[in-house]
Amino acid sequence: MSVQTPALRLVGIVKTFPGVRALDGVSFEVLPGEVHALLGENGAGKSTLMKVLAGMHQPDEGAIFIEGRKVTMRTPLEAKAQGVVLIHQELSLAEEMSVAENIYLGELPRKRFGLVDRPTLLAKAGAILERLNCRFGPEATVGDLSIANKQMVEIARALTVDAKTVVFDEPTASLTDAEKVVLFDIIRDLKARGVGVVYISHRMEEIFTISDRISVLRDGSHRGTLITADTDEDAVTQLMIGRSLDLSRNHEAPDLGPVALEVRGLSCDALFSDISFKVHSGEVVGFYGLVGAGRTEIAETLFGLRTPSAGAIHLDGREVKISSPVSAIENGISLVPENRKEQGLVLGMNCRDNITLPQVGDLTAGPFVSDGAEIAIFDHYRDKLEIKTPNWRQLVGNLSGGNQQKIVIGKWLSMRPKVLIVDEPTRGIDVGSKSEIHKLIRDLARQGYAVIVISSEMPEVLHVSDRIIAMYQGRIMREFTAEEVTEDTLVQAISGIVANGDRAA
Amino acid sequence: MTTSNRTKLIKRGAIWGFILLELVFFSVAGRFLSLSQTQFMDLDNMLLLLKQSAPIGIIALGMTVIMINGNIDLSVGAIFALSAIVMLDSQTWPIFQGLGELGVIPVAWGLALLTGVALGALNGLIVWKTGVDAFIVTLGSMLGYRGLVFMYNGEQPTFLLNWTLVDLAESNVLGLEFPAIVFILLTVLIWFLMTKTVHGRNAYAVGDNREAAVNAGIRVGPHMLWNFILIGFLTALSAVVFYSASGSVNPNDGGLYELWAITAVVLGGTKLTGGSGSVINTFGGVIAIQLLRKGLGHIGADTETVNLVIGLILIAVLFLDRQLNIKGKGELRI
Repeated sequence: MSVQTPALRLVGIVKTFPGVRALDGVSFEVLPGEVHALLGENGAGKSTLMKVLAGMHQPDEGAIFIEGRKVTMRTPLEAKAQGVVLIHQELSLAEEMSVAENIYLGELPRKRFGLVDRPTLLAKAGAILERLNCRFGPEATVGDLSIANKQMVEIARALTVDAKTVVFDEPTASLTDAEKVVLFDIIRDLKARGVGVVYISHRMEEIFTISDRISVLRDGSHRGTLITADTDEDAVTQLMIGRSLDLSRNHEAPDLGPVALEVRGLSCDALFSDISFKVHSGEVVGFYGLVGAGRTEIAETLFGLRTPSAGAIHLDGREVKISSPVSAIENGISLVPENRKEQGLVLGMNCRDNITLPQVGDLTAGPFVSDGAEIAIFDHYRDKLEIKTPNWRQLVGNLSGGNQQKIVIGKWLSMRPKVLIVDEPTRGIDVGSKSEIHKLIRDLARQGYAVIVISSEMPEVLHVSDRIIAMYQGRIMREFTAEEVTEDTLVQAISGIVANGDRAA
Repeated sequence: MTTSNRTKLIKRGAIWGFILLELVFFSVAGRFLSLSQTQFMDLDNMLLLLKQSAPIGIIALGMTVIMINGNIDLSVGAIFALSAIVMLDSQTWPIFQGLGELGVIPVAWGLALLTGVALGALNGLIVWKTGVDAFIVTLGSMLGYRGLVFMYNGEQPTFLLNWTLVDLAESNVLGLEFPAIVFILLTVLIWFLMTKTVHGRNAYAVGDNREAAVNAGIRVGPHMLWNFILIGFLTALSAVVFYSASGSVNPNDGGLYELWAITAVVLGGTKLTGGSGSVINTFGGVIAIQLLRKGLGHIGADTETVNLVIGLILIAVLFLDRQLNIKGKGELRI
């Protein structure tokens, strides 16, 4: 293999963003006809590397070679023209347009006067869809398709050009098992035709099924490349997690207070059903499951953003009706949402104003907001949570992810909640701040808050939780205490496999 | 960080720099081109300018609040006309005949303001309860309210001559006439509202990130309703100030006022997408437009060219603003 010219080769790629060195001299190559898996935790630099590959980011240092030629790719279009195609995890399709139009968007076949050549368009798109074994036609409207089928449209789009390298970013995140089989066939087909495939995924099992080599990124640098046939999951995990992050299991015995929150038989249409659990004050309960298992939706229901179709919520033994975030906050439930920037922060406002946002109505002197009272609250939480900002006037949009998250947490602590729900506490946060946030969550429990942590990262759930609730397709599969949980049983529970090895109905 | 601070400073100061530029330009150009002997920067001329700015200016203050909030109100021109009709016509209503020329004034003003508040509240309620975009809702109410104006008196203008009212409207303090005083006072008041009160704080938060505002327990629907009521009130107040002196409303009056108000707000640097902006800078935007009109008139340009120049300047300003914003951010080229 060593004599082959790589389809794509990256050498010493460095990319920095204000305050973050996202890629630190990463080198990586894909041979023609090879599936090269790229692994790493969230924030390890995978997505930045991909954006460099796809021409969306320019590297600060380093070079990109395609079939031995040095190239620069300034836009996604240029990357595509060079034969590098990226299949996004987040779909970028025009929902109101037809499948065929989406596949050829930007390169629609034309007739005279710039009119679209519809017969040619449909014929060409139809041929590609047939090759992919798609069960929908080129004239279907993209908005009507399932997420999996939309992904197929993305893949079809990649096949319209003579791709030398195709990058798949978490392609199976929303696919069913049957659809995965089809996807793997497509990848093998690409491989057979000498295309280099970069396959990015979290899922070990898939990586060992499909890849030839595995490269691991951690903290923005390349930690090693392994030949799939000669390695095993342990070796890969070792490289991925390293020893830099203390994610040992939580062995602290919780100092349990009374039950703060009890949920009985909570259901919400198709999203989740029959959810019952208790959270004591002084306890951290982790919710673990795959994306789409209904965890975030439960949090949103507890916070009044969704209306449950059945079930009851008890706080301190008293049944409460939570119809809106306003009533959730009044009842002492706070939510640190999954997407900090979209749901949690007002990025154009300063640090102080973000922290006091929910209670600014109570901080008045006459008709005006009291500056002094606000600054006092900000100072208190800056010190308590060790928020690193030059002063309270700093716009929240300029802070690092970890400090932004602390602002959101500070905002809710200042409301003195009984129950604090933290959804994906460390998403997009660098490793150093991660452990600070973890420590903070443990501290909060020790101070008597009832804390719910929702996370898609197993080490995180194991590290912070006193109890873990495993969810699968909107249902609670199993509840574990910190002592009894093992990675195996947890993975089985969230994959819908119950204790005796059968699949859940 | 220093660059972002500098950018912010440039953006805040830009409108005042522009006004200064206008003053210098028209003063110098006026020497050579003006047909009249008066200086452009004559005190009386400037006081007159302030008075003339008031009708659009008062509406623009409300528009600033609405736009910071992430909404827009296209119906202000029609609300302006309808409030004016109510103010003038109500003075002739038989039930108020006993009040006399002076006594009827507060009643007429009150009814006009109530009209503005009611029409604004209707806009706000529809936006809140249906969740339809404010642009669409107020586009509809712009047509609807204008329809009401025509239903009231057909194509005929509505007249009223109340000399006590005219005298009151033309009274002045230290040379500042009634409309100018109202405009300045309101600018200060709304500035306090937006920068010092909870309502103002929430307005910025809702406009910047509505989802985060909902999650922070802000009642976004009622909040937006209050802002529509405020702009309705201010628009009616603008009509009160203007028509108290004039005494005659044409059914087409207030046409395009919504666009002039939006132009002034945007010139003042408020973002169309909401979340940022300043009432003081809107004041600057209003003055800049009025200076341009007067200045071009002063140097003998046709009234037709005025709109063309203002249009070009608006586009240039937004282009510069965009350049300042994208510097170093690696935004996608289109």
